[in-house]
This record gives sequence, C-alpha cells and structure tokens, in this order.
Amino acid sequence: MHIEGYIALFWDSLKRYYINPYCITLSLSELRHSASLANKVFIQRDYSEGTTCKFQTKFPSELESRIERTLFEDTVKTLNNYYAEAEKIGGQSYLEGCLACATAYLIFLCMETRYEKVLKKIAKYIQEQNEKIYAPRGLLITDPIERGMRVIEISIYEDRGSSGSSSGSSSVSGSTAR
Amino acid sequence: MHLGVSESMRECEYSQISTRSSTPMETPYKKRTPKKRKWEIFPGRNKFYCDGRIMMAKQTGVFYLTLILILVTCGLFFTFDCPFLAQQLTPVIPVIGGVLFLFVLGTLLRTSFSDPGVLPRATQDEAADLERQIDVANGGTGYRPPPRTKEVVINGQTVKLKYCFTCKIFRPPRASHCSLCDNCVERFDHHCPWVGNCVGRRNYRFFYMFILSLSFLTIFIFAFVITHIILSSHQNGFLSALKDSPASVLEVVVCFFSVWSIVGLSGFHTYLISSNQTTNEDIKGSWSSKRGKDNYNPYSYGNIFTNCCAALCGPLPPSLIDRRGFVEADVPQLAPPTNGITMYGSTQSQQSHMAAATPLLQHQSSEPVILTTSPENGGTLTGRASLALTGPCTSLPLGQPTPPNSTSSLSCHEATDKLPVHGHTLTHNHSNPLQESVFQHHFLTPEEVPSPPGMLHCGSPMGHSHTAQAGFYDPASQDSLHEDSVRGLVKLSSV
Repeated sequence: MHIEGYIALFWDSLKRYYINPYCITLSLSELRHSASLANKVFIQRDYSEGTTCKFQTKFPSELESRIERTLFEDTVKTLNNYYAEAEKIGGQSYLEGCLACATAYLIFLCMETRYEKVLKKIAKYIQEQNEKIYAPRGLLITDPIERGMRVIEISIYEDRGSSGSSSGSSSVSGSTAR
Repeated sequence: MHLGVSESMRECEYSQISTRSSTPMETPYKKRTPKKRKWEIFPGRNKFYCDGRIMMAKQTGVFYLTLILILVTCGLFFTFDCPFLAQQLTPVIPVIGGVLFLFVLGTLLRTSFSDPGVLPRATQDEAADLERQIDVANGGTGYRPPPRTKEVVINGQTVKLKYCFTCKIFRPPRASHCSLCDNCVERFDHHCPWVGNCVGRRNYRFFYMFILSLSFLTIFIFAFVITHIILSSHQNGFLSALKDSPASVLEVVVCFFSVWSIVGLSGFHTYLISSNQTTNEDIKGSWSSKRGKDNYNPYSYGNIFTNCCAALCGPLPPSLIDRRGFVEADVPQLAPPTNGITMYGSTQSQQSHMAAATPLLQHQSSEPVILTTSPENGGTLTGRASLALTGPCTSLPLGQPTPPNSTSSLSCHEATDKLPVHGHTLTHNHSNPLQESVFQHHFLTPEEVPSPPGMLHCGSPMGHSHTAQAGFYDPASQDSLHEDSVRGLVKLSSV
C-alpha cells in the first residue's frame, strides 16, 4: 500500500481515535485544519554487526511524549528480525542461489527471491503497526525500502485543532526565516 | 455554506493554473504531462534503456568492444573450427562451446544491465536532519566543519564511515562513491569499463561468473583452435592448414592475449572472494596486516568455503532505486527551522540561493513549507504542481571525474576514493540543491490526498477540501491511489 493510502488511513483513524475523544462536537472547519506534518524523526542504521540491515533501537527524544518506549522498541526489533531473516545465509539461500545459477537466473522471471518475499511481509507488518499503534498516536512509519534502507522515517503529525496557534505561528516564522 | 466556499476556491485555483500555462481554455487535466518514471529524474550519471529496465554507466564504448570481441571470436570458432573438430574428434565440442558461450553472454549482460547496488540519495528532510545532528556534534561553531566521519565498531574492528557530500548520507561500511557514475554503491568493488557498469553488491556474483566462464571459454577456444591447426597440418602441412582457415589465426591471437589477463583477473577475484574483500579494500590495503598488528577483516566469516558461498550463493538484495516507479506528485516537506535551529551550514543558504535564481522554485521559497488546508495555500500547491512537472534535471557535472582507462590495458579500472571528496564540498553543494529540490521523495498531507467521488459518501468531512486540491491531479493516474485510500478507509470502518 502506498504512502498516500497510509495518509488517508491515518487521517481517518486520527479523527476516529484521537480527535473525537477530546472534542466530540467539532465543526467542519476545525476538523479540516486539524492535522499537519510537524516533524520527522529518522532512525538510522546500526552497523555494529557489519553490513547486515539493522536499525538502532535507541528511543528518539522527539517521540517521548507520543508513544511508549516498549512499543517503539518492539517495532524496531521485529523489523530487525525480519531483515535478518531476509539476509540469512543458510541452507535455503544456498539452494536458491545454486538453483538460480544453474538456470542462468531465468528462474527469477517466475519466482520471487526470498528477500522480496520477506520485504512483502515487512510491508504488511508496517501497515498493520501504522493502523493499530502509530496512526492513533499521530505518527506514521515509512517503510525503509522507500528510503533506500537508510532510515526508518517516522512522521509526527500535530493536531492543529488542539495546538492551533502554536503550530500556526511556527509555520509563519518558518516562512519569514527563509 | 462550505460547499459554496470551496467551489469558489476551486474556481480560483483552476483559473490560476490556466493563466500560468497561457491556455485559458484548457483544463488542468489535459495540460498535465504524463507521469514520469523515477529513472528519468535519476540524479546519477547513468544511462537507462527499455523504460528503466536496463541500467548502465555513461561511457559504454568499451562494453560494445567486449561484446564484439566475444561474438566475433566465438562466431569464427563455430563457423570455421567446429565443423572440422566435430567430424574429426567429437560433436560434443561445439555443444560445450555453445553452452559456455551462452553462459558468458548471459552473465555479461546481467552484469552490465543490472543495478550494482546504488544507494539512493538522501531526501531533503533526511539531509537536513543529518546536518543538524552534525552541527550539534560540532558544537555549532558556525565554522566550516572538518570532513565528516563517524566511527563504528564492527566485530571488534574500528571502521570509519565517511559522509558523502554528493549523496548527503553517511556511507554504509564497504560502500563507496563511484566518480564515474556519480553514485554511492554498496559493497563497491570497482567500476569496470569492459562491462560498462560498476561492480557492486548486486552484480558481483554475475561479474565473477562472467570472468570465470570467459576464462574457461578462452582456454577452450584456444586449445581447440590449436588442436584444429595441428590436426589439419598433419594432413596437409602447416602452411596450407593456416591458409585453409585464416580465421583460426585471428582466434589464436585474440585468445592468447585474453588468456593472460582474464585468467589472471579470475584468479585475483577468487582470492578476493575467499578472503571476503573488495577490490577497493585490497588496493587501499584496508585489512592488510601491514597497517597494524591487530588489523583484520571484520567481514570475513573465517573460512574460505563460507566466504565463497556467502559471496556467490547468498541472498540477492533487491534494487533500492525504484527505477520504474512513478514520480510522486507534490508532497510537502517539513519547515526546516521549526525547532529554532536556523542554520544548517551551506545547505539552506544554497537552497535559498538556488530558489531565488530559478523561477520554478520561487513558489517554494515564498510559501511556508508546512502545508495545511487553509485556502491561501492553493497558490502554493500550484507551484508544487508545476515543480513536479519539470523535465528531467540534467545531472550537473560534479567534481573531476577520472578519465576512462586506456583501452590498451586489459585490467578493469578501479575508481577508488582517491579523489579528495571533501575538497569538492563547495561545488557539490552548489549544484545539488537544484537536483534535490526537484527529485524529492515527499509525503502528501492528509489534505492533499485526492478522494474519489465515492469517498464522499463515507461521511468524510474532508471531502470538500480534498476535491478542492484534487483538481490538480490527473484522475487516470490516481486510480491506484484512490483504490488504496478507499481500501484503507473500508478496512478502518470495518474495525
């Protein structure tokens, strides 16, 4: 599912879980101005075990007020496990490699590599996490594959309805600063 | 009430677009150029064919030479030598020759046409975030910071990660920036002009198979052409044998010179694979014991067999640059100085400089980057729409590319990092923001997600603001987005 789908998903869940519990009777215009992208946090790669894909589990300070530490760490650890599974060098990967070599790599026209299969699982997992955990808290995780496996990008959305004046003024100051 | 307001807004926005495009009668839908694929705006110096399926380096002349040499030599072998050999000895010879030839060709094409493991450049937000972290680390002195490196301990060995000023990322270990292709490549081995591409993580095994099978093929042809000449000269005499098949002489000459270099190269790469090093590391002597007593290769698995298996039979990672994907339409990014830190070194100043210089980017500089659905931002979104419609930015010449190796030498060109990358910071930063502000990977804010008419029935109060902005998008290309959004909403409503 593409990022635009996430946004729509997030937006609806934001209204459903985040805004409504606080202000049941919001006018249409208030809802329209409700969410805006406030910040992005980037979880960098952890190269301590070599070139295998692994992300740092250090909890970023910007998320402190938004999500529980354990939930975040669970997500990152699960992602790391998925990537380790994709890059694992063992019996199955050898078999796949030898078979591919024997068929001059034509077999990949009909079959997808193990890595691709795991990437699909990861995409589903991230979507599920976004739906269940992150979107209700005004956060959104981007699949690392869309960022070249360099970072896990977590977008933080502000509810402008509740913090209207502050984010409004910050955007104004942002424009004048440029 | 709101309907009326947004309708009038929409009218204003439509008329704004049409005046800019100077065709007042045309609707925005017709005016929109077809969606570009990502390879068309790729910032590196690569050539793409078959609508992004094939990726090669910029200079491909030597690759065609390789192809011609192989095809001509094998063609001559099959035409002139094989009939004689099949008769005199056994017909298995042409069959084996044929299999070898096909394997060589297959691996050559696979090496040349595939993505070697190019790392996509950082998005603007990422680069800004990194710059901010580096500034904080440097104490924010405001002076030109020293060359940026990060140290990391891998399996007990300290490895320095360098910051790439072109790609604006900290290079992963074993990655290197190829000056010829202007890309950072994972597990960069070398840039091979004979193959017309970089050799990196994703195509190293094909490259190795290519040179291995080519050495077998060369030896095979050499041996059997000599056999042919000897057998033929037993029957007719040496000189008449040569006169009968002059092609054999040519083949012998080509194979003789090839054997030394190709077999030598295969041997060298076999050594590299068994010790799990790249050509780059070997040349620099990164892991040689001469550097220090405790210097060892942290990536090696310990034994030769595991190293070989890992390099040749390990999992093949997918391409990180989505060549055939479509370029996203306008996606907003963060306002940089929301947290009070206004100075990002040269990046921001360069950006505002470039923004002033180019008319297209004027819109970007004048608007607050945090986009909301407030109606006054309608004009800014227009600006972003026009930004997305610009033609592919030609990659600006960056730094001093090393000239391609002379064709007389048969060794592959190793484009090591000997270029003082940090000395090129100024030129890199001047030319890159233009590329990067066009080639961006952004998000759509919730307000910008176009909603199909069906979604209005879901009772979404955002429906009106959606359609207000949705006018910019070509409906045909948004079908997949609509589908996803609808699917997403349906999923949630079922919860």
